[in-house]
Amino acid sequence: MTTTKFSGYRRKELFWLYLFVAPPVLGFLLFGLAPMLFSIYISFQNWDMLTSPTSAGLGNYKELLQDEKVFKSLFNTVYLMIGIPIGMVISLLLAILMNRPLKGISFMRTIYYLPVISPIIAVSLLWQWILNKDYGLLNNLLWDWFGIQGPNWLGDADWVKPSLILIGLWGGVGGNMVLYLAGLQSIASSYYEAAEIDGAGAWHKFTKITVPLLTPIHFFVLVMGIIGAFQSFSQIYVLAVDGGPEYSGATIVFYIFEHAFKYFNMGYASAAAWLLGILIFIVTLIQFKLSNKWVYQD
Amino acid sequence: MKQQKIANIWSFLILLAGTVFMIAPFLWTLSTSMKDQRNVFEIPPKWIPEPATFGNYSDVWEQSPLLNGFANSLIIVVTVLTIGLFVSAMSSYAFSKFDFPLKNALFMGLLGTMMIPYSVVMIPQYIGFSWLNWVDTLLPLIIPGLFGNIVVVFFLRQYLSGALPNDLIEAAKIDGCSFPRIFWSIALPVMKPALAAQAALGFMGIWNDFLGPLIYLHTPENQTIQVLIASMQALYIGQSNYPMIMAAAVIAMIPVILVFFFCQRYFIESLAISGIKG
Repeated sequence: MTTTKFSGYRRKELFWLYLFVAPPVLGFLLFGLAPMLFSIYISFQNWDMLTSPTSAGLGNYKELLQDEKVFKSLFNTVYLMIGIPIGMVISLLLAILMNRPLKGISFMRTIYYLPVISPIIAVSLLWQWILNKDYGLLNNLLWDWFGIQGPNWLGDADWVKPSLILIGLWGGVGGNMVLYLAGLQSIASSYYEAAEIDGAGAWHKFTKITVPLLTPIHFFVLVMGIIGAFQSFSQIYVLAVDGGPEYSGATIVFYIFEHAFKYFNMGYASAAAWLLGILIFIVTLIQFKLSNKWVYQD
Repeated sequence: MKQQKIANIWSFLILLAGTVFMIAPFLWTLSTSMKDQRNVFEIPPKWIPEPATFGNYSDVWEQSPLLNGFANSLIIVVTVLTIGLFVSAMSSYAFSKFDFPLKNALFMGLLGTMMIPYSVVMIPQYIGFSWLNWVDTLLPLIIPGLFGNIVVVFFLRQYLSGALPNDLIEAAKIDGCSFPRIFWSIALPVMKPALAAQAALGFMGIWNDFLGPLIYLHTPENQTIQVLIASMQALYIGQSNYPMIMAAAVIAMIPVILVFFFCQRYFIESLAISGIKG
């Protein structure tokens, strides 16, 4: 049957095609689908990896909803997302300034980009020193320049999250700036020329042309930013040791990590991981649904 | 015209101020790393270390197997990037230029995996790898990467559909070129710039990865550079030995910054392209 359907060449070609796409499909089955199914199963078990698992029914999920730390870490995770819109505004403004024929622009672009490529662990250690309450650079400068007694940035439950946002902005605006810069350069100058003929000022051009035409980039930055924020861990691990004072710096992934690899509560941690997975799924879905309403498509 | 000039000057000044804010933490780290432990808590802080010493670097280097850390990170990066990128290139070629039964279902399924957060598969993967006795080896960090990366496949597929004309493939077919041969000598060279961009991004992602290595690697000799550096915090912060920690941070940053300076074009291009097309 197949011989009539496919010629000799086509049969060979199909063999190669399936061979070529096999690795990622196999990878998906082995490291994506299988672990996912297994994870659903263990989320209904009590298991410390030393003794055999015992059925927990819905116990893990019930326990999850009763642990105050779950809500605290979820709240912290969402709180840290305040940095996303702030970062978008700053990086868009930087990109607009950079989109001018200035001297030394490529050098400056490199400097803004440096924190983006720097290893997050090294960067976190560096900020830990800068934010040191008594001897840190920031508090010393605040005192010298403005006579302000700086807070205990990473040691005070009220200041941990603002500190993390500040560090995130420093580390992230350069990347988004490059994205926005590419976006700005793809806007045809004829839009602006037409607007100028109609007598539009700088502010009008910005709000009516630049911002709307960049909506695909706003959308990309927002979606990636939120997915990334949901999964932030490394900087927390260094800057908020054991979750920080009063668990004020712990994110949900940190919570999962603690339960899985410190207490070896594999079932419970899997249940928490599913809570996060479902949350990310819902939020991303909502964003894509809403995107038709505000993202410009040409 | 004059207005434009003034605007340019203001832009320059604002950007310059920002540049200072961006670079200052790096300079401060460098400065601290060359200070003596006794001078580090001076107030007001001094930017130029006096006396300047490289002693912290040699101390850190002696007290922690950093060379192993670099080697381990390098082994992971090189194997995953060479094999993983090649495999991704293969499947992106098949997905972009040919039709075959189940193609769309397979591709959509793969795209779906992008939605699975690492924290969901992290625990079952750990259990699986510990059954294989792979914990405390580099294997759990290498093997999954060898099957290609769907984000890379997606990106290369987009690139190929624009950059490689179908006629070229047809002509090669007529000349009797075999399927793998066409891929190797026509499609792969066309993909070079896109592969370079993905290699730059991949290097950054894998080299700076932390959660995976932290979970799997326990013996210091087996750890990647990031995990080693993170463990210094526990070691030295108790004694407030900031010069040592900063020296370690600088050591961890140097290779990335060097690679970045030499391949800057690819880094910035890859980010810009993936952002707009993705």
